[in-house]
Amino acid sequence: MARTIIPFGPQHPVLPEPLHVKLVVEDEIVQEAIPALGYVHRGLEKLAEIRDYHQMIQVVERVCGICSNIHSMCYCQGIEEIMGIEVPRRAEYLRTIWSELHRMHSHLLWLGLFADAFGFEALFMQFWRIRERIMDINEATTGSRVITSVNVVGGVRQDLTPEMCSWILSEVDTAVKEIKEIQNTILSDYTVCARTKGVGVLTKEQAYDFGAAGPTLRGSGVASDMRLLKYAAFDKIDFEPIVEPDGDCYARSTVRFRETLQSADLVKQAIAGLPQGDIAAPCKGNPEGEIITRVEQPRGECLYYIKGSGKKFLDRVRIRTPTFANIPPLLAMLPNCELADVPVIILSIDPCISCTER
Amino acid sequence: MIENQIDVTLESLVGEVSKMKSDGQRMVTFSCTNIGDGKADIIYHFDKNEVLTNLRLTVDMDKPVPSISGVYFAALLIENEIQDQFDIKFEGLVLDFGRKLYLDDEVTIIPMCNNTKAMKPKK
Amino acid sequence: MFKKFIGNSRAKSPWIMHFDCGSCNGCDIEVLACLTPLYDVERFGVVNVGNPKHADVLLVTGTVNHRNAKVLRNIYDQMPDPKGVIAIGACGLSGGVFRECYNVLGGVDKVIPVDVYVPGCPAKPEAIIDGVVTALAKFEGLKG
Repeated sequence: MARTIIPFGPQHPVLPEPLHVKLVVEDEIVQEAIPALGYVHRGLEKLAEIRDYHQMIQVVERVCGICSNIHSMCYCQGIEEIMGIEVPRRAEYLRTIWSELHRMHSHLLWLGLFADAFGFEALFMQFWRIRERIMDINEATTGSRVITSVNVVGGVRQDLTPEMCSWILSEVDTAVKEIKEIQNTILSDYTVCARTKGVGVLTKEQAYDFGAAGPTLRGSGVASDMRLLKYAAFDKIDFEPIVEPDGDCYARSTVRFRETLQSADLVKQAIAGLPQGDIAAPCKGNPEGEIITRVEQPRGECLYYIKGSGKKFLDRVRIRTPTFANIPPLLAMLPNCELADVPVIILSIDPCISCTER
Repeated sequence: MIENQIDVTLESLVGEVSKMKSDGQRMVTFSCTNIGDGKADIIYHFDKNEVLTNLRLTVDMDKPVPSISGVYFAALLIENEIQDQFDIKFEGLVLDFGRKLYLDDEVTIIPMCNNTKAMKPKK
Repeated sequence: MFKKFIGNSRAKSPWIMHFDCGSCNGCDIEVLACLTPLYDVERFGVVNVGNPKHADVLLVTGTVNHRNAKVLRNIYDQMPDPKGVIAIGACGLSGGVFRECYNVLGGVDKVIPVDVYVPGCPAKPEAIIDGVVTALAKFEGLKG
């Protein structure tokens, strides 16, 4: 059979973002996939030279609009650790609440897009309808739907009143009820299973060798979750990583679906344990030293390497985002799949290209 | 302060990385920093059971660095990225984008060096 | 008569296409949120399509860099006349927070002509819907 190269992207109906993959196909079977990046590359790590370390919070939030809160949380944790700032407990709990709400909205968004990738548009609409509840909570508590800007070095900017907390709880409860109503469709519907079971298999060894992160790694049976590092309030919260052994697209979507419900539970636990006190510690001086911090984003492990030299401007901010780590595993999943399954497989790693290229 | 830090040299790098691989470590990423005087720090981060181990390599930016993409395939994207941003050459890269992973022909500067505008790319 | 029919339909039911040109995803998910039940732009006859040859209005989010400028130009050229372009978000307008980055050219209007600018970081779905409706004024004048 003759080999043909089919370009996938950069503008493609299922991808909201420009990812470009060159697919070498032989009789509708993909033989090889070569990624081509650079359509979203801005070079924002360089901005650390002209924005001081407080202003960088606004920049790192815009690495990715979907997990913006968790990016700034990771960055602030790093700066606080270099400067030895003790963050008040209440602020840590509030960070946990917002980061888990972000994870919920990100996973609901992904579940919708995933349903859209195999043409199940009604399911897409359902997930996005539920997601609007979480967006409403974000807007009511922080003032913005997507980029929340709540984290500052030393704590958080906004506080939650008791009335707000009980309203969040009731909204989250309603969202959970609505998610459970469509649980059967996403997990056991015939058409969904037909398109996702056994597609894009990534074995445990492959996932580990190729350095996968987050739900892609956990979907292959490796219990790796950065929340086990006990950052923020996770030391007091009951938490167990969710693992599925099969390594196919169905396993990855199940991991994310179960994590959505788990995050709702974590939000409830954090609100129940919310202590009284200040929400931010004062921050004086400039950071000096190097630090590596890691947090768990909706897409997986995110690593920040920060180097400061006692000046207002940081020497280096290196951001390693989860999708960057998940692209090599994607190249291992694509060979020997059918051309029609390519969108499903690409979406199954939850690609966030603006994260990847920064 | 970076915990579990091991200093390596150009000669011992690939050996140390292979040792990491046989120890069952997952490669997380590398971080490259320009430290002035034409030198750069590359820190290789590895993870096993949520514990990080870091290998620190200090290199001259005009000398090629041995690629570890033969040991860890996933390293190829990171090495290509460093090649784009710092113009450090990697020897034995399994898939070399030739400074075109992110950047197009129009960008002739080396972005992440401290004196960007003063420097011209080497041929 | 056929011309009149097309002219009226274009103003009544514009088909939009979305291209992400290096934004942080914040505006993209808000564009998609416009299509979902809470905001539901389909009640204005707006349909999201994936093919530039079918589209009347192009929604562009994010900054332009060297590589995607060629893609953006290509997509714009493929769209049939008359066409409208809406730039969304602070980045699409001027480069926003990223304007000093080495790989950023600036706003969308550096590459293609823009009809409507929707500010915000990220722009809210209401603002995006308003932007689309404003762009329709361009087609109103072309009614037969």
